[in-house]
Amino acid sequence: MCDKNKMETRNLNLYYKGFQALINVSFPVKENTVTALIGPSGCGKSTFLRTLNRMNDVIDGTRIEGEVLLDDENIYDAEVDPVVLRKQVGMVFQRPNPFPMSIYDNIAYGPRIHGRKNKDELNEIVEKSLQAAALWDEVKDRLHKSALGLSGGQQQRLVIARVLAVDPQVILMDEPASALDPISTAKLEDLIHQLKSSYTIVIVTHNMQQAARVSDFTGFFLNGEMIEYSVTNTMFTAPRVKQTEDYITGRFG
Amino acid sequence: MMNKRLKEKAGFGALAVLTFLAVVPVLAIIGYLVWQGWPALTWEFLTQPPRKFLTEGGIYPAIIGTLALTVGTIMVAMPLGIGTAIYLVEYAGENVFNKLIRIAIINLAGVPSVVYGLFGMGMFVLTLGLGRSLAAGALTLGILTLPIIISTAEEALLAVPDNYRYASLALGATKWQTVRRVVLPVALPAILTGTILGIGRAAGETAPIMFTAAVVYTPRLPDSIYDQVMALPYHLYAISTEVPNVSQHMAFGAALVLLAIVGAMNLVAVVIRTRMRLKRLR
Repeated sequence: MCDKNKMETRNLNLYYKGFQALINVSFPVKENTVTALIGPSGCGKSTFLRTLNRMNDVIDGTRIEGEVLLDDENIYDAEVDPVVLRKQVGMVFQRPNPFPMSIYDNIAYGPRIHGRKNKDELNEIVEKSLQAAALWDEVKDRLHKSALGLSGGQQQRLVIARVLAVDPQVILMDEPASALDPISTAKLEDLIHQLKSSYTIVIVTHNMQQAARVSDFTGFFLNGEMIEYSVTNTMFTAPRVKQTEDYITGRFG
Repeated sequence: MMNKRLKEKAGFGALAVLTFLAVVPVLAIIGYLVWQGWPALTWEFLTQPPRKFLTEGGIYPAIIGTLALTVGTIMVAMPLGIGTAIYLVEYAGENVFNKLIRIAIINLAGVPSVVYGLFGMGMFVLTLGLGRSLAAGALTLGILTLPIIISTAEEALLAVPDNYRYASLALGATKWQTVRRVVLPVALPAILTGTILGIGRAAGETAPIMFTAAVVYTPRLPDSIYDQVMALPYHLYAISTEVPNVSQHMAFGAALVLLAIVGAMNLVAVVIRTRMRLKRLR
């Protein structure tokens, strides 16, 4: 585990219309690790996640102060194109959202919009991405069938493969297992473990056991503030802050 | 308990009667048209121009004229309508200007078709100097159809889940790539259906073309967009009101052909929609 900050926010404030959704959040994301964000609903953890690839830009009425760094460059600088940024910082959403296309076209979508046309090259990317997402063996005989015919767990791994196909450096996951059954969830968690060696992962989760199982670092959010950040083990065995302890022991939330 | 059951039965019974009453006029119209028009439908009727001041012969130029006007209408209304809907749904924010556009579109839908006819004559026939022509008629019918196409296309685009847009944007796609490659293909079946239904309605309009494109009689088929044409709705209007001694069957025969053309277009819309839906799931 290296100590380099792949991403980092500094004094990040986010306002949605009149409401301040994030208050002075300074948060590191270490390279090639899994960082979990936990906290009760509406605490700002998903909003925080979306600042890391500027997906909040899509929502009218959001305003941001402070810095979000990727490899020490502020991604909110005027010269940064969010389209280029999102190629480097990919995202997996809460509900599996494959496009209504074939499995192959889903994976090839990213490479194609970034200008790859060569068939052999695309074939290779599709196979590699599906293999990396532990889905290849299940779908290799039906690549040209609709992705909507896959189960929820397969769809979520397909979506991860689709993100891997554009070769990002960071992958953001917004409660990726919340719509999945326990077996699919276990597969997904295994996958997250494997991906860690090549990617930096930030995952929002409601499930404390999941955070404990998959992550190296954990941040606890409450009412838009980052209350505590530490090594996951420490967080769950010896939290420093009273509110963190109350939350992870189930006293509220 | 009994009372509840009884009310249930009475309720559904009443709804069934109402449904039946709503369907009766449609069936009656079609039945009457077929009954009255069928004897007129001969090969000659469909393939020959009219003779003797429209009292004999066929309606071939009017069929071709209506088809030509329909194609022209599609070429005017589809790009404009779908383009406007994409702009309004995907790009336009909530500002005063865009609100005005929306209000204008809603109001356009309520304008009587004869007003479109007058506008078309003033604008396209006279001001732009297109004369009474296919082009002027297609432009007028195109504008008439626009509100329908825009609103159905808007609804079709709004029905595309935002999940797809977010997924595409998060992969580093631009907004245009997202619209072009993800949103439009999903919305297209519904857009095409709405478009064809709207144009089918325009194909049967009389008032907009009587000042802009249609003439009572010409044996010539159009060979440029500046030609005037015969058209089925106007032909129907002319032989029913202005020409004496036309056989009843001639008029109903023409009406039946018009109905068949519009019906065929609606059928095409249904087929397109079904096929594209199936394709996506396979």
